[in-house]
Formats: sequence, structure tokens, C-alpha cells
Amino acid sequence: MTHTLGRADFDVIAAWVQPGEKVLDLGCGDGALLQWLAETRGIRGWGVEIDPAGVLAAIKNGVNVIQGDLEGGLAGFEDGAFDHVVLSRTLQTVRHTQKILEEMLRVGREAVVSFPNFAYWKNRQAVLNGRMPVSEDLPYEWFDTPNMRFFTIADFENLCERMNLRITERRVLDDKGRQVEDEANFLGSLAVYRLGRNPA
Amino acid sequence: MKNSVGLVAAQRAHFDTPLELRSGAVLPAYDLVYETYGTLNADASNAILICHALSGHHHVAGYTDENNKAKTLGWWDNMIGPGKPIDTNRFFVVGVNNLGGCHGSTGPKSINPATGKPWGADFPVVAAVDWVHAQARLADRLGIKQWAVVVGGSLGGMQALRWSITYPERIRHALVIAAAPNLTAENIAFNDVARQAIITDPDFHGGHYYEHGVHPWRGLRLARMLGHITYLSDDQMAEKFGRRRSSEAGSFSFDVEFEIESYLHYQGDKFAGFFDANTYLLMTRALDYFDPARTADGDLAAALRVARSRFLVVSFTTDWRFSPARSREIVHALVHNGQSVAYAEIDSAHGHDAFLMEDEQYFAIVRAYMEGVPT
Repeated sequence: MTHTLGRADFDVIAAWVQPGEKVLDLGCGDGALLQWLAETRGIRGWGVEIDPAGVLAAIKNGVNVIQGDLEGGLAGFEDGAFDHVVLSRTLQTVRHTQKILEEMLRVGREAVVSFPNFAYWKNRQAVLNGRMPVSEDLPYEWFDTPNMRFFTIADFENLCERMNLRITERRVLDDKGRQVEDEANFLGSLAVYRLGRNPA
Repeated sequence: MKNSVGLVAAQRAHFDTPLELRSGAVLPAYDLVYETYGTLNADASNAILICHALSGHHHVAGYTDENNKAKTLGWWDNMIGPGKPIDTNRFFVVGVNNLGGCHGSTGPKSINPATGKPWGADFPVVAAVDWVHAQARLADRLGIKQWAVVVGGSLGGMQALRWSITYPERIRHALVIAAAPNLTAENIAFNDVARQAIITDPDFHGGHYYEHGVHPWRGLRLARMLGHITYLSDDQMAEKFGRRRSSEAGSFSFDVEFEIESYLHYQGDKFAGFFDANTYLLMTRALDYFDPARTADGDLAAALRVARSRFLVVSFTTDWRFSPARSREIVHALVHNGQSVAYAEIDSAHGHDAFLMEDEQYFAIVRAYMEGVPT
């Protein structure tokens, strides 16, 4: 799960964090997002990564990477320790979906989640043509994909409602990184959400 | 030998300023034996301190006998040298034998100036913080105001952690490998059995065995055998020795028969042949006492808050004596404080001993981190 620089969701996320904030990036890969946020927004960042190659790459980049598994939740991280907890293009690889979302909002004031939209029209077209989609935002073949949860923008918003999570902002991008305004679940390839807790 | 620092010789520094120890006892004067590799740069900004573990010493890299290179290699020669993860082309590396040791620094075998006889059991119980103070004085002597990095594994890692707390302005990076914020009850229990093996040896003579011309080698041998069991993993022992034995039929006696027995006996004999039993007692006690959170009401994060260094913490998956969970406690305390820390959990079959062994990912991590340390 290595980040590549210049990913479209980086700019969206950068606009949502403030200088000096503490940011935790889950599945941080080589730490490119944290480096980007530190350089452009002056945040203080930590990342969690399970893949040894990712951990090594992050250490090469001078990033505060902590090797660990997201499936066990965020044990050890204290309540409210971070301003933002980011899960960039990783939710679809996590088995315990609800658990990780709950944990993000336990240790962070706000959660930022981005994921590939399986209902993007090109993905629908691929399936209609009888093949699993492979695209900019879904770069894996079905037989080597780390993705284990296949869901859409509509599915995710439905889950947020069921979990009583507050969507404070949403940006949807097409496969060229252009912002999508209408028909998001059809025209959007990547969705980025800003989530908070609803008042109890 | 490829990438070796080559032939090395120990140096000795004598200190006349009394050192007050954590116990309240005072060492009036002492010697520290050390080795150095590489070259200290003009502003002394490339110095690295290597802290040793229970049975380690100052001879960290290179060899001490040109005709017997393999047998006189330093204990961390695979890690330190020109082009190695801790690169002596860039860094000036210092290895030092801790107080209470038996490799040349002042310890139980040294002469107690008050009696003219070896200190023996009268040598004061030393703590990790005492070693750190002594190492700081050695740094002064070498013209090193601030270490670029303090590195250690196991008990050595605990010293690196202690450095970051006791001298925050004198350390820029700490590499804390296969360590823990303190020992668990189980861990102290292992140390106690080891000490009891030594103390109850009839040749121990209350720690004054030198005067009797004997050494409690049976007790020390048992202590080391026990230690060895805990430094390995179950999987590794199963793979390395399994149930293999010299006689399939079985001798139906208590002679050495299984390969694991033969291995432990060999290791125990070898160790008891050169190590000092009083030093073993002291080192295990320093482990038991180590607990920087103690003076912060048990709050490790509060204890670490003064640290200004960046940290690399490394643990090994099958290390059950200093388990990854204990390393994660250190990591989370640092993250809680908003401090800089990277943490790698190395997948290894080699238990606690893994920190001394070459491993691709482990060495790549240390190398990558060290390359990012400015000099």
C-alpha cells in the first residue's frame, strides 16, 4: 500500500488540516502523505504501516512510522490524541470496517477517509463487460488485490448513518483527479470524507 | 575481513572525581575501558555510543588478534564497520565496558582501595543511570558534548532510553532495540533464579571467592544456561535441536543425550570460563531496577517528556523476554508526548538473541535510520 506522490486526495486532505495539528495516517505506506502535509501544512505526523517494505521506505523518508496491524484497532493510542486520523485508500483493505472507523474517531477529533468508488461508471462498465475493474484508483488485478471490501459511495454513506457518524465534508474526484459535483456515485472514482462524531 | 574496522585495541580512562551512585554509595575513583572506531569530526557531531547488554563489553567491532580474527571479533561486528548499517566511514563509534563489568572497567574483580583486596561482593550495586553518568564523563574526556546517537540492545537499549531522559541535551537520537521500559515479574523471576544459582554455589563464599582461589562456575554456568533458554524462541529451538539425540535407543541415564542439552552445557561452560559471577549478579540487578517511570508515579510518558532526541525503537516478533508489546509501550508513551519515533517490529525466529544477528529487514531499517542522522 505505497502512496505515490501527487495523489489527488492529498490536496483535499491538506486543505482540511491546520498547521501544528497532530495527524495520524493509517496505512501510511512510505509516508508520502505525512511528508506532504508536514511540508505544505506544517503538521506533526505519525503513521501506522504493517508492510515491512512500507516501514523501511517511511524510515528512509524520515517519517515517524509505527509498524502495526490496523485489524487489532488502535490499541495503545490514547483517546483524542490526534486532531486528524487519516485512512487514505486503505479502508477497502481492512476487514474490520466498523471497528477501524470507531477507533479513528476514538483517537482523533476528526477522521479523514478516502476510498475507491466501486460504482464509478467505468467500473460498472468493466463488470458489464464481464471483467473486474482495473483502473487508476483500483490498480490491482482481482487475483492479487489487497482489497477485501468492495463498496460504493452510497454504501459508505449508508454505513455512516447506521454508525451515527457525521459527514462534515465530502469531495469526489474522477479518475483524472477532477472534482465531481453531480451524480457522484456514478461519475466519482475516488471519494474523500471528513467525519466526526454526532453529539450523543 | 570485509568491511571490518580491523585490528583494534582497548583504551583506558581513569576518573578521580567520585561518582555518587543511585544506591547512595560513592565510587571514589574508577577506570573505564573503551574502544573507538572511525574518526571524530572537527565539531564532534558524529559520535555514537554503543551500550552493551548483560554479557557484553567495550569490544564491539573489529578484532583484537591479527592471527585469530574470527575468534576475537567484537560482539556487534556485523552491525558496525565501514559500509555497515552503523557506518564507521561517517561516524565515530565508542564502545565502553560498564562499571561493575569484568572486561577491564572497575568492577568486583578490581582492587578496593579501602581494603587492598578485590571488591568482590562489596562492589556497590550499580544502576543503568550510574552507567549513563559514567559514560557522560567519558564523553567529556573525548570532547563529545552531544552524541549523534546512543545505541543499545536489551539492557543496552535501556541505557539509550535512560540517556534520553537523564541528558536530554546530550543526545540527538536514541536507538532502543529489543528493550523494555522495565522488567516484568516473570523477567525478574528469571534473574532471581540465575542469581540464586550463583549465590548458593559452595564456591561463592559470599562473593569473596577470589580470595579463596575459586570461582562459582557451576552456579554461573546454570545461570547462563537458564538465560540462553530465555533468549531463544520455542520455534527456533525446535528447528535447531528438535528432539534429536545422540542415541535413538536412549541411555536411560542422566548423561547428555538430547542435542539441546549438549548445546546448553557447551554455552554454559564457555561462559563460566570467562565471565565473572559477581558481574552477572550486578548486571541482572541493574535490569531489575531499571524503571524510569518510577519517579514519575509509574507514568512512562511523563518520565520521557524531558527527552529531546528522536527515537528508533525495534523489537522482534519471537522475543518473549523483551516482547514487542513492551517496546510498543515506549512507542506509545513517545507518541502521547508528541515526540518523534519510528518503530519496526522485525519478523524473526531468533527470540531475544535476534538483536545480535544479521537480518535483512532489521539491518536495512537501522541503516536507513542512520543514513538520516546528520553529522
